[in-house]
Amino acid sequence: MNHLISIEDLERSDIERIVSQAERFAEVSDREIKTLPTLRGRMVLNLFYESSTRTRSSFELAAKRLSADVVNFAASGSSVEKGESLKDTVLTLSAHKPDAIVLRTPWAGAAELVSRWCSAAIVNAGDGKHEHPTQALLDVYTLCRRLGAIDGASIWIVGDVAHSRVARSNVLAFQRMGARVTVAGPPTLIPRGIEELGCEVRYTLDELATADVVYALRMQNERMSETWVPSIREYASWYQINGRRLSPHQILMHPGPVNRGVELSGEVVDSPQAVITAQVEAGVVVRMAVLYELLAGAREARPGGGEGAREPAGVSAPGSQPA
Amino acid sequence: MSAVEPLIGGRRPPAEILLRDVHVLDPRAGIDARHDVRVSGGLIVELGEPGALEPRAASAGGGAGESGEELIEGHGRLRLLPAFFDPHVHLRTPGQEHKEDLETGTRAAAAGGFGAVIAMPNTDPVLDSAPLLRSLRDAAAREARVPVGFLPAITRGLQGEQLTEMAELRLQGALGFTDDGRPVQSAGMLRKALQYQRLCGGVLSLHEEDPTLSRGGAMHEGAVSAALGIGGIPSVAESTMLARDAALAGHEDARVHFQHLSCAASVDAIADAKQHGWRVSAEVCPHHLLLTEHDVRTMDTRMKMYPPLATETDRLALVEGLRAGTIDCVATDHAPHAREEKEVPFEQAPMGSTGLETAFAALHTGLVLPGVIDLALLVERMTAGAALFELPTPTIALGAPANLTLIDLDAVWVAGEHGWESRSENCCFAGRTLHGRVLMTIAAGALAHRDRSLAMVGA
Repeated sequence: MNHLISIEDLERSDIERIVSQAERFAEVSDREIKTLPTLRGRMVLNLFYESSTRTRSSFELAAKRLSADVVNFAASGSSVEKGESLKDTVLTLSAHKPDAIVLRTPWAGAAELVSRWCSAAIVNAGDGKHEHPTQALLDVYTLCRRLGAIDGASIWIVGDVAHSRVARSNVLAFQRMGARVTVAGPPTLIPRGIEELGCEVRYTLDELATADVVYALRMQNERMSETWVPSIREYASWYQINGRRLSPHQILMHPGPVNRGVELSGEVVDSPQAVITAQVEAGVVVRMAVLYELLAGAREARPGGGEGAREPAGVSAPGSQPA
Repeated sequence: MSAVEPLIGGRRPPAEILLRDVHVLDPRAGIDARHDVRVSGGLIVELGEPGALEPRAASAGGGAGESGEELIEGHGRLRLLPAFFDPHVHLRTPGQEHKEDLETGTRAAAAGGFGAVIAMPNTDPVLDSAPLLRSLRDAAAREARVPVGFLPAITRGLQGEQLTEMAELRLQGALGFTDDGRPVQSAGMLRKALQYQRLCGGVLSLHEEDPTLSRGGAMHEGAVSAALGIGGIPSVAESTMLARDAALAGHEDARVHFQHLSCAASVDAIADAKQHGWRVSAEVCPHHLLLTEHDVRTMDTRMKMYPPLATETDRLALVEGLRAGTIDCVATDHAPHAREEKEVPFEQAPMGSTGLETAFAALHTGLVLPGVIDLALLVERMTAGAALFELPTPTIALGAPANLTLIDLDAVWVAGEHGWESRSENCCFAGRTLHGRVLMTIAAGALAHRDRSLAMVGA
């Protein structure tokens, strides 16, 4: 893999390899000294055109755990505000020769574009409403840890699918891993044609009990002012995941940050069924695995089918047994 | 009503050319045979059997000899067609000359075999007043390679609030009116323009889009937009406005032309309007006849245009509409944009693709060679735009003004491989292998384009 732009570009074996690598890194995270020398001397540039605390700090932590140098570049307060184009910003920052650029923008396709303009490995940390592939990978990782495998599992993604890059990446990733995906939400927020991704579409939560996993999306307040739904109250009464709707066997996920009382009721957020903090924790090790995949000598041709247990050459720290 | 000639520009010394043994095809004139054709003094002065016409002076090598007459040998293989007419181009003058200007835009037209074009008014400032039209026509007289007609705005500043001085504009040479780039959103405003047409004439050329349906969209709404997370524009944004405006035109017995049809529902609405006997016509662009939403998958900004590329079902309906005559003509909607404007993420990019230089070759490659439509029909539809705007149709006949394009149907080229005549390069067909190359264009009797390879071919 040269870049991580889209889940669409990944085979199941790619996802499994990243997940296994993340599991090895997770063991290190439990040690007293959490840092590995793997990416010493490599530079990771975080280029963020949208505000983000959790994704950016998760990438920063992941890079630092692998001993990479990290530079954060936020678009606000920079030359971008003086009208510099994305292309010129990228060309300018490329002069510092970053090994990887972690890019978040409000524009679909921006990560792909940037990958054509520079030689760094590009990690898409969210491009508009298009994709957020590391979120999907960490969600797969979290579920695999809980369920062992997700083959055959029924996963419902509930909420504002239209404006969610998380939804798009997760539909693709969960399906690659053998799960059956249903998207559910108000008809105004389910994009026409989404079923061609292979998922089912529901406009009510009547059959939610059939799900093994309930993945709630964040409902953004500005959607109300744009009249996508009549009111928060009505949205919550039809689509909120609460104690009444969530069955005891179900796992509850959410990409964060949660709006308590809107898409999730307080009691389900605090319930043991929720794996929301585990998702955050997974974020670091999965992003370590992604950086490792792209930077640690893995930019050469990968072995055909390339599943699992490749060890970093000359790096001893991660556990040596395949996960 | 016009006090002046509506087409202006391309006034160059008349071409003196003998085209020997070329395969002349003019479906309206009923010609599809090898002929010798002599062009002189702006007219087609002789039309003879192949090999019948002798060069005026023995000028060896095919170059312009003492007599000033150039000899082109067609060997029965090169096609001579009436020059194409494009009722919809953006020449960007005034104000956006970094994208295109009168000279580069009309050079692109000539290179695509077009003998005349109609320019849209969404310039900066908007073409909405007689003084501006006069100065633009003066500029075109100096700079344009082929004659240009102008459609000033229907409403001032394209704001949809107040009519332009349509009658005054008509006296100064306005061919008709359009708010292209935008719809006339208010039915009441459009109705006033339709009524006012009784005074001043001039076709109203309409861009159909309901902005309350298209807002926030950057591509066709469907499976691809859902997968890409890009806001979608539903086809009904076009077809419902088109149906509304056709009914208004019918009610006022006005003459309207519908721009760049993009979907099956719009073809149906046109068929319906024509069945009612309403005075409507319609155009379709090469990209809508050849490409679909799937070409947007890579988020290539050259594939971003309004109306957006739609589904294969829509594409097939447009092809059938063109074939059956429901859609009257081909228009390119040539919409140049500078590299830096298009080299941005898809959602940020401006809408539009250039099209003049590839229109014929792309349609010949995509529709004629596979046998979907025949060459004669394509030629008919690429020249039909003139009559829709009350202009003489380019024709190949003895004594007719020389508006001709010479084409090598067998020439294979890669679009853009040698650059473009246009100032911009945002062509949705760039990089595609095309069959058929324009070798020469004669517009209003003057040589407007001559391909570099021509001497080789003639030799």
